[in-house]
Amino acid sequence: MTTATASFINIGERTNVTGSARFKKLILEGDFDAALAVARQQVESGAQIIDINMDEGMLDSEAAMVRFLNLIASEPDIARVPIMIDSSKWSIIEAGLKCVQGKAIVNSISLKEGEEAFLDHARKVQRYGAAVVVMAFDEDGQADNANRKFDICERSYRLLVDKLDFPPQDIIFDPNIFAVATGIEEHNNYGVEFIEATRRIRQSLPYAHVSGGVSNISFSFRGNEPVREAMHSVFLYHAIQAGMDMGIVNAGQLAIYDEIDPELRACVEDVILNRRPDATERLLDVAERFKGGGAKKREEDLSWRELPVGERLTHSLVKGINAYIEEDTEAARLVATRTLDVIEGPLMDGMNVVGDLFGSGKMFLPQVVKSARVMKQAVAYLLPFMEEEKRLTGAAQKQAAGKILMATVKGDVHDIGKNIVGVVLQCNNFEVIDLGVMVPAQKILETAIAEKVDIIGLSGLITPSLDEMCFVASEMERQGFDIPLLIGGATTSRIHTAVKVHPNYSRGQAIYVTDASRAVGVASSLLSDTQKTQYVEDVRLEYNRMALAHANQRNNQERQTLAGARANKVKIDWTGYQPPKPSFLGLKTFDDYPLEKLVPYIDWTPFFSTWEMTGQYPAILSDDKYGEVATSLFNDAQDMLAQMVAEKWIKASAVIGFWPANSIGDDDIEIYTDDTRTERLDVFHTLRQQMLRKNSDRANIALADYVAPRETGIRDYIGGFAVTSGHGEDDVARRFEAQHDDYRAILSKALADRLAEAFAEHMHQRVRREFWGYAADETLSNEDLIAEKYQGIRPAPGYPAQPDHTEKKTLFELLDAEKNAGIRLTESYAMWPGAAVSGIYFSHPEAEYFGVGRIERDQVVDYAARKGMDLAECERWLAPILNYTPGRDVGEAAA
Amino acid sequence: MTRDERIAHLLKDKGERILVLDGAMGTMIQGYKLQEADYRGERFKDYPMDIKGNNELISLTQPQIIREIHLTYFRAGADIAETNTFGATRVAQADYHMQDLAYEMNVASAKLAREAAEIAESETPGRVCYVAGVLGPTNRTASISPKVNDPGFRNITFDELVVAYKEATHGLIEGGVDLILVETIFDTLNAKAALFAVEEVFDELGFKLPIMISGTITDMSGRLLSGQTPEAFWNSVAHVHPFSIGLNCALGAKEMRPHIATLSRIADTLISSHPNAGLPNEMGEYDETPAQTAALVGEFATSGLVNIVGGCCGTTPGHIHAIAEAVKGLHPRDVPEIERRLRLSGLESFTAAD
Repeated sequence: MTTATASFINIGERTNVTGSARFKKLILEGDFDAALAVARQQVESGAQIIDINMDEGMLDSEAAMVRFLNLIASEPDIARVPIMIDSSKWSIIEAGLKCVQGKAIVNSISLKEGEEAFLDHARKVQRYGAAVVVMAFDEDGQADNANRKFDICERSYRLLVDKLDFPPQDIIFDPNIFAVATGIEEHNNYGVEFIEATRRIRQSLPYAHVSGGVSNISFSFRGNEPVREAMHSVFLYHAIQAGMDMGIVNAGQLAIYDEIDPELRACVEDVILNRRPDATERLLDVAERFKGGGAKKREEDLSWRELPVGERLTHSLVKGINAYIEEDTEAARLVATRTLDVIEGPLMDGMNVVGDLFGSGKMFLPQVVKSARVMKQAVAYLLPFMEEEKRLTGAAQKQAAGKILMATVKGDVHDIGKNIVGVVLQCNNFEVIDLGVMVPAQKILETAIAEKVDIIGLSGLITPSLDEMCFVASEMERQGFDIPLLIGGATTSRIHTAVKVHPNYSRGQAIYVTDASRAVGVASSLLSDTQKTQYVEDVRLEYNRMALAHANQRNNQERQTLAGARANKVKIDWTGYQPPKPSFLGLKTFDDYPLEKLVPYIDWTPFFSTWEMTGQYPAILSDDKYGEVATSLFNDAQDMLAQMVAEKWIKASAVIGFWPANSIGDDDIEIYTDDTRTERLDVFHTLRQQMLRKNSDRANIALADYVAPRETGIRDYIGGFAVTSGHGEDDVARRFEAQHDDYRAILSKALADRLAEAFAEHMHQRVRREFWGYAADETLSNEDLIAEKYQGIRPAPGYPAQPDHTEKKTLFELLDAEKNAGIRLTESYAMWPGAAVSGIYFSHPEAEYFGVGRIERDQVVDYAARKGMDLAECERWLAPILNYTPGRDVGEAAA
Repeated sequence: MTRDERIAHLLKDKGERILVLDGAMGTMIQGYKLQEADYRGERFKDYPMDIKGNNELISLTQPQIIREIHLTYFRAGADIAETNTFGATRVAQADYHMQDLAYEMNVASAKLAREAAEIAESETPGRVCYVAGVLGPTNRTASISPKVNDPGFRNITFDELVVAYKEATHGLIEGGVDLILVETIFDTLNAKAALFAVEEVFDELGFKLPIMISGTITDMSGRLLSGQTPEAFWNSVAHVHPFSIGLNCALGAKEMRPHIATLSRIADTLISSHPNAGLPNEMGEYDETPAQTAALVGEFATSGLVNIVGGCCGTTPGHIHAIAEAVKGLHPRDVPEIERRLRLSGLESFTAAD
């Protein structure tokens, strides 16, 4: 908390059946031991007083209050703090007062039932020797505005002090904290009314204190703990300045005012202080984004440390705890005959448990990667001992289940998925040789021979990598390999492997692997003496069948001719259209862009898919299946992200540009050096959809449709961008890898990727609002941005709207992206560093994202000619979207 | 002199000198070497169980002994006699099945002390002798379970204690005491019940007497048996605005000093101290001589820590005489003004900022 709160008293709220579902459950089930643990946790977390409430209809509340207080009396760790006896029933309060030897606080009494009852209760409070909370409640009800709150408190104060000589310092007013941001306008000022009443109480009623149930304020955000915590913190920040000096809070779970995300804090502050009429809507907009992020870790249960060493190791491996792994590994080594026995015995036993749990869907990828980290650290610890034993005795080394070479193919830089597969394989006792990214075929094959590997695994994310994989397969065939070839990565597919890779490698077998969780099963089958032959035979039969089916299906995929497609282009009425002019023409660069500005733009859903957990964020955090793991992963990610941003682990750079442009000849976009539009700077070539639109009025779209044709004479523009948050990402990952911490290595890369996407999103928003400025007053939430509810699009070459990666070259030349943002292109037009995004900006209101889909030979011929590219080369780049097999079925091209 | 006059005198006295409490009652009774028959007397000669050791019963069966002990202490220099009612509650007397005699014991004990006081007053014209009606802790604890494996269990409730203490208080006041002394408190919850009862009785009678409160730090942990620190204890009982707060029993003056110093610093009322005659030896006997005890207690006075001093277990009229001599003429502790703060307690004290 901030300095103003140094004298603020935290009253623990978790031992309240009306406020904590968990505590209520424990009490209803009679599990008083666990209930005591809740109380203890509150005290350990800094509660200076604990509030105890047993008001529950299903309960003998009086008996529960007495029992719990009696039990607390036997727990010095808990009983050391004063008790706040909380009930709306006087009889329960009185029963509680009879159980505490200390000076307690009664919560609460009020004028609700008139002065007589009020004074009677107050007199008893005095007699029992307690302090008292007085609610701002009178015969007319609970006070909700500052005036009435103060008037009731003042009247109560006078009665207590003047009539009963009640010590004023023992009076604590609770001027009622009510929920704000409920959607009901009258509630909007509740925070302000409380704060104002607090100020007046502290000014006018000497020695009296002000307290309140802080979590009430955020009641309408139930289920969104980070936002609730932020609301509590902001509310307290202001209420404390007004004089609130106590509060019923979840001790240990208060956000630090200064550490709240500034955007969130601003929105929360608007709500608490009722500073603008749309405050609630704005907070709702950002709330979802912060959901699930801030829950603090629970207290550790260390009882497992009492178990035998083998079980401790298994526990560490299954739970992914690396805090004790060296200590336990050493303990196991000391009792082992050979060091290797530790690996083959307890450590492998533990990993087998992990493997079984993963195999049966009881563990998920992030957990397995954490387990692997623990395993690696244990093995790393043992290695020097094994070297020493080997030197002395020639003792045998660890026998792996098999040796697997992995690589991201030439031209591609994406390796998160490959790294995950590698980790999972290592967990299962495979030895993995990882050649990294952009690995040429020859290096892969030479290493495979030198290391006598059992399997080669290839990975790639961009479409040109598919082609490279086919090439590696054909090289393996040519050089006489027969070991299995595994294919994986985002753009790969079973059908592609069956149709394109598999035919190239008949001596061995190419096999598509869906994801990391399947990799172990596939590799194990391929290395099993008994299963291999049958398994390979099954795959081969399936792929042959798929290839055949694909060939047959092809004949049904009728396409439009290019001419027909052009005739059905997007019909934009250009007459009278005035394209917005960008605020500048030419380039603008951004070096060392503040990372913290990108964080709010992160789309988390793909982050979870990286870890093979499918589901929308934030729902996935409370998902029945993935919820717990996803939350844990998300928390780890948040922690690392905070560090990443604060310590600038990575650097973000960007370049954007705007140019005068018009479409020419239906499918191309001509870019001019300046607004005189006399000199051509370059041309973007676009591809047009050729699907048949028999009964549909949908257009056959090409990106060029969204730019005003030159002949209209309209001065249109396009933009381009290349952003990266990847400078330094490899160093960060290597640093973790050196610590045998694959989990963090992968996490850091996944976050860098997310930041790059966020950067693109953020930059696009700035473009719309300021640089191009056609949507200056756009206010969209992150969900809306993710759902692409904005005007204009930013398609990237190599993706569905323009599947040709080579167009990136034009874009990069226009942007001079290597010089201006430090991003370069590989021979496959992958961007390096990997955490990078590029694309072209279109501003037209009708512009929308689309997929070109499969195209016919007539368009490819035309496109190659426009680009001045050899047809065969063009077909190679466009291979994934060709609706024909190059050189084979020419005759069907114009069907 | 009426009780009201004596109390007025007491309030004048307290500012002028250090008051002296008497010493141990039990030690003195032991000196009479009473046998079972002496305890029974004529009234209980056929009582169906052994009652030797029920010292409060002596007030009924051998009243002259109790009167004599009080007189001895007054003559030694005590200003305040403590009634022979340490165990005279319905709860404690249940051990002898004499719970129904509790009221009578309190009335009789108070009268005996008052009679001794009047004899002492008549021996020294102008002298005022006071009687403090003792409410002992009982043999049960309201905040500690007697069953190790059931910490939530209690063998006495607050309400039961209140009933017993109200009865005893009525008896003491009926018998003519000038003050109420809740002493040897090892469980603050018992003491709170006693104080609750006393205030109820005051309400019923329509007048109040000064209340003295004295806790017992049972060992070197520096806490009451129920776990409270002296400061937490004070916060728990301060609401009755007692005439004095202090400590007695369990410790000798030497061991008690730091805790007396604590209370002296934090309590805005008089401080009392009546320690044992040192710590018991292996035979359970107290070896500290009157001169030794008096020197230690006298130092409390010269250091300005106390307003009321006396003795507990092992102290004799000799000790009290020595103590009275040691504090004679010394200025009593000035009651400090304590800042108004919200002061709470669990086992430990808690003070709000302001």
